[in-house]
Amino acid sequence: MRELLVGTKKGLFVLRGEEPDAFEVATRAFEGDVVEFAIRDPRTGRYFASVTSGFFGPRVMWTDDPLGEWQAAEGPAFPEGTDTSVDRIWVITSGEADGMLYAGVAPAALFVSTDGGASWSLNEPLWKERIAGDWQPGFGGLALHSICPWPGDPQRLAVGVSAAGVWLTEDGGASWTTGFTGLVPRYLPEEARAGTNTLCVHNMHRAPAAPERLFMQFHGSVYRSDDAGSSWNEIAEGLPSGFGFPLAIDPADPDSAFVIPLTADADRVTPDGKVRVFETRDAGGSWTARGDGLPGDDAWLTVLRQALGRAGEGPELGLWFGATSGEVFGSTDAGRTWATVAPRLAPVTSVRAS
Amino acid sequence: MPVVILRAPLKDLAGGNRELRLGGADVRAVIRSLESSWPKTIGWILDDQGRVRQHVNVFLNGERVREDAKVGADDTIHVLASITGGA
Repeated sequence: MRELLVGTKKGLFVLRGEEPDAFEVATRAFEGDVVEFAIRDPRTGRYFASVTSGFFGPRVMWTDDPLGEWQAAEGPAFPEGTDTSVDRIWVITSGEADGMLYAGVAPAALFVSTDGGASWSLNEPLWKERIAGDWQPGFGGLALHSICPWPGDPQRLAVGVSAAGVWLTEDGGASWTTGFTGLVPRYLPEEARAGTNTLCVHNMHRAPAAPERLFMQFHGSVYRSDDAGSSWNEIAEGLPSGFGFPLAIDPADPDSAFVIPLTADADRVTPDGKVRVFETRDAGGSWTARGDGLPGDDAWLTVLRQALGRAGEGPELGLWFGATSGEVFGSTDAGRTWATVAPRLAPVTSVRAS
Repeated sequence: MPVVILRAPLKDLAGGNRELRLGGADVRAVIRSLESSWPKTIGWILDDQGRVRQHVNVFLNGERVREDAKVGADDTIHVLASITGGA
């Protein structure tokens, strides 16, 4: 039984099924609220959802049974005296130490849980970097949306911030450095690019089979790092557009990445009215369009940052994504063929699979 | 003690109580009393810094107030979501 957690502007949908064209909605939770992100911790089976009420603010909810009751976590919340409140919880990621999870929020900050997600505390050293630096928000706010643990090493972590670049720690978050050599912010005047930290990271994932390798969807291009995020190489040649948000990798193949380009920052729809996922298997040397079973005509979809998820690996890699128009699509053969999983949900903000 | 009147969903988070008598010298202190008695309400009315959330309205004896408004023993406080647009 496969399970999809689909966050939408109108609640969380839990979909269950075997084949992509035979899923059913098992439940809808948090009716009326925005579910920015939802994930199941593979270590414990516990479910987490980032839920934002338009009236009553954001919170992390958790449960061991998504068809049952959910409980509110204690935090994430900024300490009193910071003059800051959490606006939105963008991502929740399992850590490498027992009981450890991370949450990335807006305004950009990293929160850490050491008790399996029941309570959360601010990573103060990165927050001090944010205060000391002139971090600028992207169009979607100042967001820490990508968290990349290092398999087997809880001391090493990379995070991506829109629009304040990549931040790296090798001491469990006690200190941070920023890595941006090679990233080209073409949205800035050429003379303003050198040394800027106004770097609009859209998404970032680590290849677990070769952890020094990271892939990044940037604002206007796609990059690969082979040195754990210290420097970056542009790999967007062959894509219809360098702009986009979603990103996924095949855990079995460190040379793999999947992106869903959008036409441009000023026109955030699938290029040419065709819905296609683009795959590389040579670390960005070339890209192959995967659209068999996806809408190919007059399909002007927007796929948001967290709305592409995956499960499994290798030839049986599952890829699942949703659009703001409410469709969810899935593939269980690593993107070679696709089917419509759900045609008319609410606008999709996130998709994660297990 | 002042009376605090809640509507859904806050009422549900406070054990289904529509009316509660809660101590406190100002609105923030009264809401903190609510949070102490009913922890599920933590973070719903006051933000991380103890301010009334932007889209929550607190009325003290019929007048919309902020968290620092002084509260008397015979006062009535209504807490409810604001009327804001959107889909």
